[in-house]
Amino acid sequence: MSRMLLTGNGAAAWGMRLAEVDYLPAFPITPQTEIIETVAKWIDKDEIDCRMVTLESEHSMITAAGAAAATGVRVFTATSSQGLLYGMEMLYTVAGWRAPFVLVNVSRGLSSPITLEPDHNDILAARDSGFLQIHCATCQEVLDSILLAYRLAEDERVRLPVIVNLDGFYLSFTREPVDIPELAAVSRFLPPFDPENIRFKASEPVSQAVAVLGGGPYSYFRYQSHLAALNAASIFDDIGSEFGRIFGRTYEAVEAYRAADAELVFVMMGSFATKAKDAVDRLREAGQAVGLVRPRLLRPFPAAAFRQVLAGKKGAAVIDQNLSAGAGGILHGELTAALYGRPNAPNILAGFIGGLGGRDIGPEEFFEMAAVTRKAVDEGRTPPPRLLYTEGELREVRTLQKIAGIT
Amino acid sequence: MSETKFQSLKDLPTSHLLGAGTAMCAGCGGLEALHGIYDILGEKTVFINAAGCMSLLSVYPFTPFRGSWLYTAMASAPAGAQGVRDALDILLEKERIGPEDDLQTVVLTGDGSAYGMGLSATSAAIERGLDFIYICYDNEGYGNTGHQYSGATPHGARTATSKGPRGFGGHKKDLFAIWAAHRPSYVATVVGSEPLDLARKIEKAGELKGPRLIIVLAPCPTGWDYDPMETVEIGKLAVKTGVWPLKEYVDGKVAHTRVPRKRLPVEDYLKKQGRFAHLFDPHFQEEVVKEIQGRVDAYWEEFDG
Repeated sequence: MSRMLLTGNGAAAWGMRLAEVDYLPAFPITPQTEIIETVAKWIDKDEIDCRMVTLESEHSMITAAGAAAATGVRVFTATSSQGLLYGMEMLYTVAGWRAPFVLVNVSRGLSSPITLEPDHNDILAARDSGFLQIHCATCQEVLDSILLAYRLAEDERVRLPVIVNLDGFYLSFTREPVDIPELAAVSRFLPPFDPENIRFKASEPVSQAVAVLGGGPYSYFRYQSHLAALNAASIFDDIGSEFGRIFGRTYEAVEAYRAADAELVFVMMGSFATKAKDAVDRLREAGQAVGLVRPRLLRPFPAAAFRQVLAGKKGAAVIDQNLSAGAGGILHGELTAALYGRPNAPNILAGFIGGLGGRDIGPEEFFEMAAVTRKAVDEGRTPPPRLLYTEGELREVRTLQKIAGIT
Repeated sequence: MSETKFQSLKDLPTSHLLGAGTAMCAGCGGLEALHGIYDILGEKTVFINAAGCMSLLSVYPFTPFRGSWLYTAMASAPAGAQGVRDALDILLEKERIGPEDDLQTVVLTGDGSAYGMGLSATSAAIERGLDFIYICYDNEGYGNTGHQYSGATPHGARTATSKGPRGFGGHKKDLFAIWAAHRPSYVATVVGSEPLDLARKIEKAGELKGPRLIIVLAPCPTGWDYDPMETVEIGKLAVKTGVWPLKEYVDGKVAHTRVPRKRLPVEDYLKKQGRFAHLFDPHFQEEVVKEIQGRVDAYWEEFDG
């Protein structure tokens, strides 16, 4: 094992390298591009035995990725934001093929307005696609999650593609020390891809992805995918533990930080949850029993794990780094559905929207969210979703408008 | 390249490899051609399909293909072929399959995909030098949705979205020229009613490597509005009137494989089809027919000259 200073993108490339991927269909997009540049450099130097092809769009890239996986090789690909949405038709399509491969999405806010910095509307648009989703908060987790993702995708009880998500800029371009496991140890955890009946070969012709007529067979195959995705929940727990035994880092579907004795918790996903962790420490110093709960696995939705860690809590502040216009935060809605009517579930789930397009969430805002949630608990009334924004930010926008001549 | 096995009609296979009883319409000119194509390419193939009429060939749990099949989406069948071809090459290189398990990668799309939505993916696949065969069955409209006009619709044709007195106002896109401009290994036009010409071209395509692209004129009884028994005759008239030039592009040159020296007037082709009936009834629209004839004449003058 060696230790290197890696960006999130560099860690993603290392995850792909250790997984001994056969094939990488690619297309550049900010902030993902560093991943494919890193892999291209290794290929040029003959450091890895992987074929890389740049397609003309993400739609074609995801088609090629699914088709290659359906032919029986181990496939990796990566994109961001607009690219993920440009390929959206194929996300649903190749998930239905039950073609196992790993796609890294480096999250970035969606147009309009067009922007570069992260939020989760891109990845959450793929929520219902049939891809499983693992969300990362650190560079180490990016590397490890790619190995976990292949184990999960290729498990015969699952056979679904997996998206590993990391936040653009905050994680993609942030250097952290990362343990690089030995290839031999990785091979024990992740043996070579056995495509079994997922392949094309002349001696055993097969029709894949054929049409169906009518709702009966259609529902049959859709349900199959759903049940396979549900299987992935307990399999993730198993392989997360196995990973810990081999590499010393155990992964659970839901991370709980100082949550066991907490009255209130923040619920967040992605790298911004590290800001919440810091806020939890500060709140604890101020005498408040607050914790953090962070889903790593978003699909399958870890409902049972959430119910367990949230049991007996008075309230939760669900901080969504996304916005479903006209509704509110997506995680807030999903969590509410998982907890509603369940014994020992918190009475109050207060919804907050923050971090859109890379907007920071400051410590004082975490204090305020804790206060709002506590008040809601005391009053027994769930407040409407709150959009985080400061007077200072509004003043800045007013200044810009003044420069633009808008009065 | 070796001499053709197909010297005369007697050399064509007498029984078809592609199964019968598909969901295609009676008299489908695309299926007619596909029978001839499949007989020659054979079962060591994987057909990568884009959304269109022929997506209904393989409906769970049935398929007329003895070989393999992958349905993709409307825009990206050539990218699907890229993924399959690359994966097969990797499996061969890493000796996870033997050479006997290799497959010819064949894209199968309609004109809606080939002329429009899938053109970007096709252009890129050619530019990358992908080793594949592309078959476009061109019935000159979005056939599977009820025949609306597409980039392949000829001037004057009535479609579900061009029902005015003069029919479709645009002109058929020259996909052959667009493909050939990429300088691929091979481009050809064929029609099912000229089976010998078709067999020779598919044979040639099968022997070459790299991007090989075939446009099949696919007379369409439902979209073109004629009796299914006329499919062969209409295909022959398309060639005899010069409306559908049979040609191929190879080594940077275009050559015609059939030059109709005495071309029949285009009216003979148009009058057979309900989609052009408004040009003759209730009154003869001489101007439109003249324009269609003029374009056909101009095409042949350019190549004769």
